Amino acid sequence: MSQVHTIPSPSARPDGSNERARPRAIPALLAILSGLLFGAGLIIGGMTDPSKVMGFLDFTGVWQPALAFVMAGGVGVHFLLMQFVLRRKSPLFDTAFHLPTRRDLDRPLIIGAALFGAGWGLAGYCPGPGIVAAAAGGHGAIVFAATLIVGMVIQHGVSDPRPQRTTTPC
Amino acid sequence: MNDIILALIGGGLIGLAATLLLVTHGRVAGISGIVGTFIRNPAADGGLRGWFLLGLVLAGLIGMFAAPERITETGLETPTIAVAGLLVGFGTRLGNGCTSGHGICGMSRLSPRSLAAVFTFIAAGAIVVFVSRHVLGGAL
Repeated sequence: MSQVHTIPSPSARPDGSNERARPRAIPALLAILSGLLFGAGLIIGGMTDPSKVMGFLDFTGVWQPALAFVMAGGVGVHFLLMQFVLRRKSPLFDTAFHLPTRRDLDRPLIIGAALFGAGWGLAGYCPGPGIVAAAAGGHGAIVFAATLIVGMVIQHGVSDPRPQRTTTPC
Repeated sequence: MNDIILALIGGGLIGLAATLLLVTHGRVAGISGIVGTFIRNPAADGGLRGWFLLGLVLAGLIGMFAAPERITETGLETPTIAVAGLLVGFGTRLGNGCTSGHGICGMSRLSPRSLAAVFTFIAAGAIVVFVSRHVLGGAL
């Protein structure tokens, strides 16, 4: 048993070096961990229960505040930790931080957010919980996740048809 | 445990997850942006979005066994859910974000765009819930 760690992994090169695999595996594992933590937070916070989400949006009914506390917990932790992270010149595995810089309000932002909110209120799913619940096998959530992707593809086609057109000979 | 405490813990984990993605890859943990960019170009930035989404899917698979009572169905008809999915997919890409990208990450950066988006999507969601529950009486 004590020799397990000396067995070369399948990705090791014939000379035994593993330098090529290692730098890629750790960033990938940390990205998986981030997604896993994110999904766990959604489940623990109750966001994979659409009735809690719709209950939050039901301000004139029996209001359910869970979503507000998920938001508060998320923003509180991220805001605080971000102050330390952004003191670094760059993230661990990239040359620069890729943060949005726009601060102006425009029509697509507001119309898009309104359309998203309408769909959110209709079924109680936003993208994260929808994908997590679909992975857990919920039929409604699978329908949501599939149509979510279709909606995105339609928007991509409407907003920027270039990627398809330039590669298609007419 | 109390719903509110679980919500705070869950939110805290989401904040940690977003911070982890920021410190490792320098990216915003916005689910709609991650999915949208992934379906356009799965290999972008070393394929990190695919790995992140794999983690999200793993959370759902683990949750299916560990806490199935917390992952519930809507009880809505399939066409209603399909319309909701289309609206959320189209709207989040047009508006550059959802509850995570604008809600958690954008508000943490005190971004005016994200504040406006959060106000707008909560207002729109509240109107739809009001109409469906209190005007149509849950007919959707």
